[in-house]
Amino acid sequence: MTRSYRLPNGGRIDRSKPIIVHFNGRPLPAFEGDTAASALIANGIHFVGRSFKYHRPRGILSHGSDEPNALLDVDRGRDRRDPNNRATVVEAFDGLSLSSQNHWPSLGLDVGEINNVLGSVFVAGFYYKTFMWPPTFWTKVYEPIIRRAAGLGEVPKKPDPDRYTQRHAHCETLVVGAGPAGLAAALAASENPKSRVILCDEQSEPGGTLLHDMTSQIDGVSAQQWLTKAMAELNARPNVTILSRTTAFGYFNHNHIALAERITDHLRQPHADLPRERLWQVRAGRVILATGSHERPLVFANNDRPGIMLAESLRCFINRYAAVPGRQVVIATSGASAYAAALDLKSAGLDVTIVDLRREADCGLEFKAAIHAGIEVLPAHTVIGTKGRTRVSGLIVAKLDDNGHPGAPRVLACDCVGMSGGWTPAVHLHSQSRGKLTFDTLLDAFIPGHSAQNETSVGSCRGIYDLAACIADGAQAGGSQLTVAATNSFVGFQAVRSMPAPTDQGSVKAFIDFQNDVTAKDVKLAVREGFESIEHVKRYTTTGMATDQGKTSNMNTLGLVADELGKQIPQIGTTTFRLPYTPVSFGSFAGANRGDLFDPTRITPMHDWAARHGATFEDVGLWKRAWYYPTGDEDMNAAVDRETRAVRTNVGLFDASTLGKIEVSGPDAAEFMNRIYTNAWAKLEPGRCRYGLMLKEDGYIMDDGVAARLTPNLFHVTTTTGGAPRVLAHMEDYLQTEWPDLKVFLTSITEQWAVIALQGRHARDILAPLISDIDLTEQAFPHMAVRTGHISDVPCRLFRVSFTGELGYEINVPADYGEAIWNMIYDGGQRFGITPYGTEAMHVLRAEKGFIIVGQETDGTVTPDDLGLGGLVGKAKRDFVGKRSLGRPDVVAAGRKQLVGLRTANPALVLDEGAQIVTDPNQPIPMKMIGHVTSSYMSGNVGRSIALAMVTDGRRRINERLHVTTPAGFTEATVVEPIFFDPEGVRLHA
Amino acid sequence: MLLINCPHCGPRAEIEFRCGGEAHIARPTDPSALDDTAWAQFLFYRSSPKGEHAERWNHTHGCQRWFNAVRDTVSDRIITTYKSGEPRPDITTNTTGER
Repeated sequence: MTRSYRLPNGGRIDRSKPIIVHFNGRPLPAFEGDTAASALIANGIHFVGRSFKYHRPRGILSHGSDEPNALLDVDRGRDRRDPNNRATVVEAFDGLSLSSQNHWPSLGLDVGEINNVLGSVFVAGFYYKTFMWPPTFWTKVYEPIIRRAAGLGEVPKKPDPDRYTQRHAHCETLVVGAGPAGLAAALAASENPKSRVILCDEQSEPGGTLLHDMTSQIDGVSAQQWLTKAMAELNARPNVTILSRTTAFGYFNHNHIALAERITDHLRQPHADLPRERLWQVRAGRVILATGSHERPLVFANNDRPGIMLAESLRCFINRYAAVPGRQVVIATSGASAYAAALDLKSAGLDVTIVDLRREADCGLEFKAAIHAGIEVLPAHTVIGTKGRTRVSGLIVAKLDDNGHPGAPRVLACDCVGMSGGWTPAVHLHSQSRGKLTFDTLLDAFIPGHSAQNETSVGSCRGIYDLAACIADGAQAGGSQLTVAATNSFVGFQAVRSMPAPTDQGSVKAFIDFQNDVTAKDVKLAVREGFESIEHVKRYTTTGMATDQGKTSNMNTLGLVADELGKQIPQIGTTTFRLPYTPVSFGSFAGANRGDLFDPTRITPMHDWAARHGATFEDVGLWKRAWYYPTGDEDMNAAVDRETRAVRTNVGLFDASTLGKIEVSGPDAAEFMNRIYTNAWAKLEPGRCRYGLMLKEDGYIMDDGVAARLTPNLFHVTTTTGGAPRVLAHMEDYLQTEWPDLKVFLTSITEQWAVIALQGRHARDILAPLISDIDLTEQAFPHMAVRTGHISDVPCRLFRVSFTGELGYEINVPADYGEAIWNMIYDGGQRFGITPYGTEAMHVLRAEKGFIIVGQETDGTVTPDDLGLGGLVGKAKRDFVGKRSLGRPDVVAAGRKQLVGLRTANPALVLDEGAQIVTDPNQPIPMKMIGHVTSSYMSGNVGRSIALAMVTDGRRRINERLHVTTPAGFTEATVVEPIFFDPEGVRLHA
Repeated sequence: MLLINCPHCGPRAEIEFRCGGEAHIARPTDPSALDDTAWAQFLFYRSSPKGEHAERWNHTHGCQRWFNAVRDTVSDRIITTYKSGEPRPDITTNTTGER
């Protein structure tokens, strides 16, 4: 084909910058300023893809973000490949590579097209009807085949190489849409230099419809000149932020609007520092919505042939891109606006015929204008079909008689059709803001009604289609009374659901929703099958779903459903408008929160030491904790066995820095402690520690830990690793809201202190040479005492505590000294065989002693008595948080689960944590489960496996044999006291 | 995302806050004096009105202080905020567009 489909002059393309884009490998000459769609059309290409279900040849329908058909796989080079891009919004650059989707083996020859012939199988709801039997065939046979045959593009295989950023912004006025109404609104709203205005628009440049309006005059200048002047004015105002390529896609509470700004997709070689996209979160004083409207396709048989487009889109391709959609064009319309397209096509020297559903008497000034321009107009004509397969070659039309019945068909030869079934205001954002919609019968559309937030719709998104009226409307919303004189626009249309057709065109496909391959027949079938709610019709037929969300199809569907039900559209209502307005990449939502930045990582002062010594780490909340320290070719079991034995035979070193730490200070500190913990604190002497339990008000255990009274008015409280923020918040809540009279300060000191746990019979011997100002003797510094002093000249808070059952200390030093002191202890401990141990060994050691871990033995429904810790409840205390609930009927009732130990019949068997427990494994299913395993380990020190469990009435079942589930069936275990090692606790005082 | 006016810090985005449920439910001064029903009432029972609802909010990622807010549960509009300990303000609902 040698004839050019590019007009010799005009358009907003940059003819000084010729580029090459590739389509399915074929190089196509284009210019900067082209979109993928205009580049294709300028090379005579309409057929660009296969449809979702029937694999029908499809072309480019529209010129904007509402495009349902022309979805392309786009390769921008540099490992940037992305499926399902609308060709109409992809900006062309040199080297851009485009591919069609959803066909095999090729676009022209697609075996999937057989679906088109099997159309009767793929009617509305075919998923629910066709593949019912045999049931096992669904996952194995039907679904894989359907998934492969249906669908859109191919997901990229590699990780997204791009960077995404996010930004917050505030303004007095946010204007969404930079068409004539939006520009006028922004100009007016920004007149006050103190009023911050953000103007965003989804296109590559502001202007909206002005970008392809070559005929209108505004205040004596061309639309293009008016646009240039308006932009110069806005650009000169420092209080105005203009965001092009930026889609307002979500409208949330309190005028919070999310914008997606696309920064590099249109660039061949973007600067490496640029993010691909930027997510804006704007909080606006008020919002002016100037989001425009969408043209409706006409519904007639085979209306999906490549070359059949929306009429306004023809106008856009001709005027903005100087791209020729066809040489012999038929405009099929039920309204006035398409005449503007016809006139522009005629001016470009193309052959144009207008087929208008309306009678001549119902037409306006557009009719005479067309006749005057020498265009043949066929009023009172319907479209009943098309010719051609991969490109339209003729439009079958028929004159309507006085009763509206079509007469003899007539074929109008053509290579392009522009259709227009009227306009639908883009009320998406108004609706998202929870604003009400009202149906306007004259406009045959839903328009914005009552606003729920401080927002206003202006211009054609509220049904104002005349250019001068749009500008005045925008200006008024922006706070100005500006009016302009402009060329009268061709407005008005006759609502039509599907074009009148001769008889029942049983086997034809007249598409309503192009993207989902939904035909008028499908919608009618759904109604016949009893679907009356529009939301149900949507889900059953899939109309209005997928990437275009029915921008071109929704009103036609609504109207058709209303007609079928014999109701009015307002009685049907509309489907919910949900965000995003157009597809938004996941990358922009994630922003910087990926990889290492997905979550903060907390590490202890001794982390690097542990890493150097080969530790394997486990995640505990945000913390990285040393899990075990394998040496040689040890696996975890071997390492843990060695570490746990070393602690009991010699001495072990453990990083406990992650423990939550809170300082409770002030004259009422002891009283506060008394009210927060179950046990009594008033009489605890300074220099002593106590293990405390903390309940929620419902009486269930919330956290535990050792707290030390350093001075009469200062407590050093420890919490579980994961519980620190929760405990501080809990304390603050009561302090601020229930007991504001208490003079207490709460300070998180978790990060300030490194904690080194030194556990084992040599612990004192190792510490002694490092400490001169604390008497370490048993008499002077007994178990559960605390001293402040210095370790190797570094201030320390020294706790004599043990979570292992061995003689032990927890050495708190300022975090910056943590690794240095750890090293000193490690070096000094060498002659005692000191062994660093990790969290797994810590768990085994504490389980050997039956020490609980909150969150492992407890699950939020466990009381102190359930754990056998009733002695920690200060019964003499008048009140503490949770006390009253310990007397609730269900808490004091018999039959609660209690903490016990389990000894498996097979000592080598380690039970699964979480395994269920029954009394009789032979009882009928469903069995009565009486408890579950909470902790389970192989214990080298005990010489067998050990387990803790919560069992109904567990303390009465000591020595009873129970049965525990395992992957291989039930196994027997005997209930024992929950302590497996040194039950007398003599080692604590070694 | 709501815009919440912390009485101590000013208007901030909702992500900085945590909601703590219904406000103005004082902890009984002597819980032991309450029978099971009365205690259960305090512990578990909350109103869930359609319309104005006084709620506890904590400015978790800000000043960390608790305060109260009256929120319209239908429109999600926060009508007013006030410091913890202050009485619930007497409000006549403004049904016009919200900020």
